[in-house]
Amino acid sequence: MSAPRKRTCSYFPGCSLMATNRAYDISCRSVARTLGLELAELDDWNCCGATAYIAINEKQSFVLSARNLALAEAQSAPPHPTLSPPGRGQGEGGHELIVICNGCYVTLHKAEKYLAEDASLRQQVQGALRAGGMDYRNSVHVRHFLDVMVRDVGEEEIRRRVKQPLSGWKVAPYPGCQIGRPFGEIDDPEFPTLLDRLLTWLGAEVVPFGLKAKCCGGMMMTTQPAVGRNLSGKILTTAKDAGAEYVATACPLCHINLEAYQNDISAALGADCHISVLYFTQLMGLAFGLDAKELALADNLTPLTLPSPQGGEGGVRGAALAETRG
Amino acid sequence: MDKAEVRKLSAEFLGRVYSLPHGKKINDCLQCGTCSASCPTSSAMEYSPREIIAALRAGMLDRVLLSNTVWFCTSCYSCTVRCPAGIPLTDVMYELKRLGVKRGFYKPHDTTAAMAHAFVNSVNQHGRNHEPELVRNYYLHTKPFKILGQIPLACRLWQRGRIALRAHNIKNLGGLRKMMAAIEESEGK
Repeated sequence: MSAPRKRTCSYFPGCSLMATNRAYDISCRSVARTLGLELAELDDWNCCGATAYIAINEKQSFVLSARNLALAEAQSAPPHPTLSPPGRGQGEGGHELIVICNGCYVTLHKAEKYLAEDASLRQQVQGALRAGGMDYRNSVHVRHFLDVMVRDVGEEEIRRRVKQPLSGWKVAPYPGCQIGRPFGEIDDPEFPTLLDRLLTWLGAEVVPFGLKAKCCGGMMMTTQPAVGRNLSGKILTTAKDAGAEYVATACPLCHINLEAYQNDISAALGADCHISVLYFTQLMGLAFGLDAKELALADNLTPLTLPSPQGGEGGVRGAALAETRG
Repeated sequence: MDKAEVRKLSAEFLGRVYSLPHGKKINDCLQCGTCSASCPTSSAMEYSPREIIAALRAGMLDRVLLSNTVWFCTSCYSCTVRCPAGIPLTDVMYELKRLGVKRGFYKPHDTTAAMAHAFVNSVNQHGRNHEPELVRNYYLHTKPFKILGQIPLACRLWQRGRIALRAHNIKNLGGLRKMMAAIEESEGK
């Protein structure tokens, strides 16, 4: 077997991954390192231009997005031609920016597309960037880390890295609403399957789960709790009804909505909604045999126990789980 | 609002929607209701997404802006990907949110609007969103006593080191502010 292929990519963690959801950032970096993928954090990145910002000021939101794209353009070297998959839609010059938060992904990817398609918008935004001493030449392609795992790293390499298959882990894949929408470029907008495939390669049992692209309620968990609890509650109860013991997430906002309010949701819906919620990167790390610290498992608000039919707690994973309980 | 004012409001709204990618498709709405059936929050909206376009055509757009509807959109894009006429409804919702804010339809009890404002303020101040500040300012501006209900969750997050007390300012905040001022100026022209 050949040595791991080294590849360096610009990486955009996003605001919520700095503290509240840092486990997603930590586990993402650990998994990438294991796979020989060097994530170089974008220096001096700013807010992606998020949904909540677009709702107040669209053009300023485009400037926020474009400043990040311009930073990626200035800081990253074009990927080595033999290491990047051919024919993937990289912009001129071929800079890639890897994003892991679904909210940041949809915002930055949409900005990438709109700036490429709309000349007058591009001109206006470029003018603003220049006023702050920067420039953007439209060369950055925004990628989701899940897409990079499934399409670039691929089945063979991921299966090869699995040291402790997640056998017997019944997982509901919940990539969330924004990963395949609105463009449906990396995954189906109605029925995404990237996460299902990845979990299968890790050895997990993927349960049939129809709500994988249904909205969790987003910010409404705070601003309209009745609506938010209902939406997140449907996801949790449907996952449990399908026999899942774990929910795999790919978005920090979905993750906290599903993990932090299970008591309130159970009371509101009159159903037991308690289930273990993990980032897909944490599940990857567990299968790769990484330890609890590398995956920040102790950050999770839901308890993590081994799947019910298999009692054994030996090996690296047993130790990892013991650490999270301590 | 009298009819002339609503007409002006509708014209301003349509002008902005037409400038969006695929925005002109709003005229192709066939009132099939796929958007309303796909929307995860339409059951809690006073006017469903389909009714927004019906209200626009009936000269009643002001009623939509005075209702809870637009701030119940979570931007999940379900309507957008399913609309048989290809209308970018999520972008239309964003446009309505901005129009409502601009024209003073925004009310303090629109809690999601208050959250969006708190978010914008945090980003403008630091270049990034600082979550503890966001949550604190949101509750202070909407329902200050409800912040007490957040203490148990805050404690659980704190125990796990998931709360950063200090906000991080980006290094080139000055440059970002110049960019933000420049785009505002170009909008005003």
